[in-house]
Amino acid sequence: MAIRKHRTIRRKKALQRKAAPPAFGPGPVPIQLKVNGQTMSATVEPCLTLLQVLREKLGLTGAKQVCDRATCGACTVIAGGKRVYACSMLAIDSQDLEITTVESLAENGELDPLQQAFVEADASQCGYCTSGFVMSAKAFLDENSAPTLDDIRKGMCGNLCRCGTYAGIAEALLAVSRTKVQSKRRRAHG
Amino acid sequence: MVDYDWPASADRTLIGTDVLRVDSPFKVSGKAQYTTDVNLPGMLYATTVRCPYAHAKILSIDIKAAAKSPGCKAVYVIQKPGTEIFWAGDDVVAVAAVDELSAAQAAKAVKVRYQELTHLVMDSNPNPSAGFSQPMQPETVGDVDSAFQQAAAVTEQTYSMPVITHCCLEPHGSVATWTDSSLDVYISTQSVSGIVTQLSKALNMPASKIRVHAEYEGGGFGAKLAADRWGLAAAQLSKLAGGAPVRLVIDRHTEQQTAGCRPSAYGTIKIGSDQHGNLTAWQATTWSTGGMTGGAEFPLPYILKIPNQRNQHTTILNNIGSARSMRAPRHPQACFLTMCALDDLADKLRQDPLDLVVKNLKLAGPRAQVYKEEFDVAAQLMDWKAKWRPRNKNGTKGIQQGVGLSFHTWTGTAHPASCALTINPDGSVVISSGTQDIGTGTRTVVAIVVAETFGLQPGDIQIQVGNSAFPASAGSGGSGTAGGMGSAARRAAVDALNALFAKIAPSLGVQANALSAGGGMIVAGNTKMSWKQACSILGALPMTTHGANPGPGDLNSSGVGGVQMAEVSVDVETGVVSIDKIVAVQDCGLIIDRKTTLSQCYGSLTMGIGYALYEEKIMDQNLGRMLNSNVEFYRLCGIGDIGDLIVHLMSGKGYDERGIVGCGEAAVISPGAAISNAVANAIGVRVPHLPLTPDRVLAALGDQP
Repeated sequence: MAIRKHRTIRRKKALQRKAAPPAFGPGPVPIQLKVNGQTMSATVEPCLTLLQVLREKLGLTGAKQVCDRATCGACTVIAGGKRVYACSMLAIDSQDLEITTVESLAENGELDPLQQAFVEADASQCGYCTSGFVMSAKAFLDENSAPTLDDIRKGMCGNLCRCGTYAGIAEALLAVSRTKVQSKRRRAHG
Repeated sequence: MVDYDWPASADRTLIGTDVLRVDSPFKVSGKAQYTTDVNLPGMLYATTVRCPYAHAKILSIDIKAAAKSPGCKAVYVIQKPGTEIFWAGDDVVAVAAVDELSAAQAAKAVKVRYQELTHLVMDSNPNPSAGFSQPMQPETVGDVDSAFQQAAAVTEQTYSMPVITHCCLEPHGSVATWTDSSLDVYISTQSVSGIVTQLSKALNMPASKIRVHAEYEGGGFGAKLAADRWGLAAAQLSKLAGGAPVRLVIDRHTEQQTAGCRPSAYGTIKIGSDQHGNLTAWQATTWSTGGMTGGAEFPLPYILKIPNQRNQHTTILNNIGSARSMRAPRHPQACFLTMCALDDLADKLRQDPLDLVVKNLKLAGPRAQVYKEEFDVAAQLMDWKAKWRPRNKNGTKGIQQGVGLSFHTWTGTAHPASCALTINPDGSVVISSGTQDIGTGTRTVVAIVVAETFGLQPGDIQIQVGNSAFPASAGSGGSGTAGGMGSAARRAAVDALNALFAKIAPSLGVQANALSAGGGMIVAGNTKMSWKQACSILGALPMTTHGANPGPGDLNSSGVGGVQMAEVSVDVETGVVSIDKIVAVQDCGLIIDRKTTLSQCYGSLTMGIGYALYEEKIMDQNLGRMLNSNVEFYRLCGIGDIGDLIVHLMSGKGYDERGIVGCGEAAVISPGAAISNAVANAIGVRVPHLPLTPDRVLAALGDQP
């Protein structure tokens, strides 16, 4: 009985969600995005992706458009705590999410430890995929702070690099996770 | 006589060490500005209408509706009615509008009628119908037929590798602003200075009024040396739109379909030796395509001057887009055909291919000794003698491991370059050149050379590249940029330092030739002065010198050799090949930055794994189009596919004296052959066609007698 009731509520909720689709368009609509801790407004066509709006309307060009269909990861940003392909999300669907882009990592010109690890391992060549890799790595390390090489090869396979910087990227992730573990130990002992 | 020579090894503090890439902080923070990031006030967005047929004639073009389309600001006909189109995806009309959506709508409104013509997009048949092939005269050395008759062992096999695409992550494109007085172009290019001349000729405009910018470039690999039709169209659209900036960046589908094509290679190779494995005879019947433009032949037999040889090549002229030079043009093809044949011959003789190859290095010309030394190092790093076993004895179930080898050569000749170097009275140093850094580390090489000469740190040197207003330099091709720019920077820096010494010597009361620079100081005996203090003596005027390549002093040379060994695992039930380890031993003269040199080698190996296992431009003969013009089905190598990459650079005595030799391409040559040979070693049978996809591996296993 309890199970049936629960199911009914779930169905009702699903129906409510279906019954009230937000109406957008035709033509440009105003939207608000929460990007890097700031609320940003833009007026955009409902069909524009989060990536297009970040790059063309908000001037955040770190994320790049390469494959444009969720394969290469050059457009990776963090939305709602998870790494996402910004080329495959509509901007209008991203309004409730906290969005973090590569531009926010360095503070006052000081690189984030992950970015510094990329520099030290020479994990970029032409650099076009790098922003996506950095953001993907950021979220990946948040999920798994002490990955093995094998974890990295599996967990970072959603991003592609044509110059072939993978060896450096793996080295950077291992280095930054080692540093994290060490500083945790230091804190524990100190 | 000014001494420009590189400092002796004991005096080097930066050259040859691991210096971090100077522009990395901009790349990891998303600040590096690429062409696709340029967004100028009032900028229009452009797109092009492309021919859907592989071979067609344009009958008519109607742009009236497009011109009236909402937001459309300009329509430019790139190829007029009557023009013959030779590949699907070729640009016909370009439109510019206020945003991307309006541009797409305007493009849709363009009406083009075509007359379809007979096309060919395949290349596997060496004798297609008339007009699609161009047989070349056979070339013969010695007495090939009797050499084969006398040979103790002969093998004959057909091998092939398909057309692949460059797949630059930043697509080709530009942002052009053409006003009455000037043309300003941001373009994704590997030839900043060269693009000016191309635009000037094509648009009939004085080169002095054209400015080209490419501060950062998202990958070229040989595909971005030309302005291209779309580059000219962006400028024309800007002019038609009254001088508004126009951004025209091609989409991924178009990039894959038309903007990069490495020629294929097919060859039936017959090779013979005496009973010890000394090569005596060679015969190659080969064919390949680079689209309609030709230029797809390759030098055979690769490296080894076999005494009796016959080579006959046919160029297939087909409708797949035009060939573009791609990382070590012609070499991966020649290397693959030759090294696979050598490996098959070694198998027939039941010899270790390492022994067979080393035995025949006497045919390898001037770098024979280098290859020998490199094979010794590689064999150790791979533990070759322990790992190699004859083919066929490895079993036919589960996962099988095998090892294979290959070797290669590349020129790496320094290209023409020039630069201007300014020392300011406040001690700051800026060096500028119309060269480009396409990810190879040009900025870092220049920073190291100037800093080493002045006794400063790389971070003390401001590097300006990627702007045609700076002294002209050649395009980045043939691995020539490190040698060209490194040498030009050294000459400018030595001249600048001597001029600075001449200026400050009187105030120190010494002869200029008693002065030296090091550790941020200018030193004369016991007298020391900081670099900054010394520069302040210049007074109000900064001091500028120029450097060029070629120029005085032996700062660079040409010709490198490298050897590679691959270890693979093959699942003989699924046909999946995975890389366990690749060892690359590479000679590249004097290393300026060890860090970025290694990165070039890792990158080459990664690209090599890609074309060995995954990459292929798949064409459909009925449609005349590419079927995998995206990144999902045009499969690139990923982070999980590379295995362990071990790179050993040959340097020190005997190598450094040669000066800089470019190293950006050499290591991409051998992986195809080394991996294919390793797979043959693992499963006991040759998989003759690249990429070594599971279906091909299983088919080869099925063919096994």
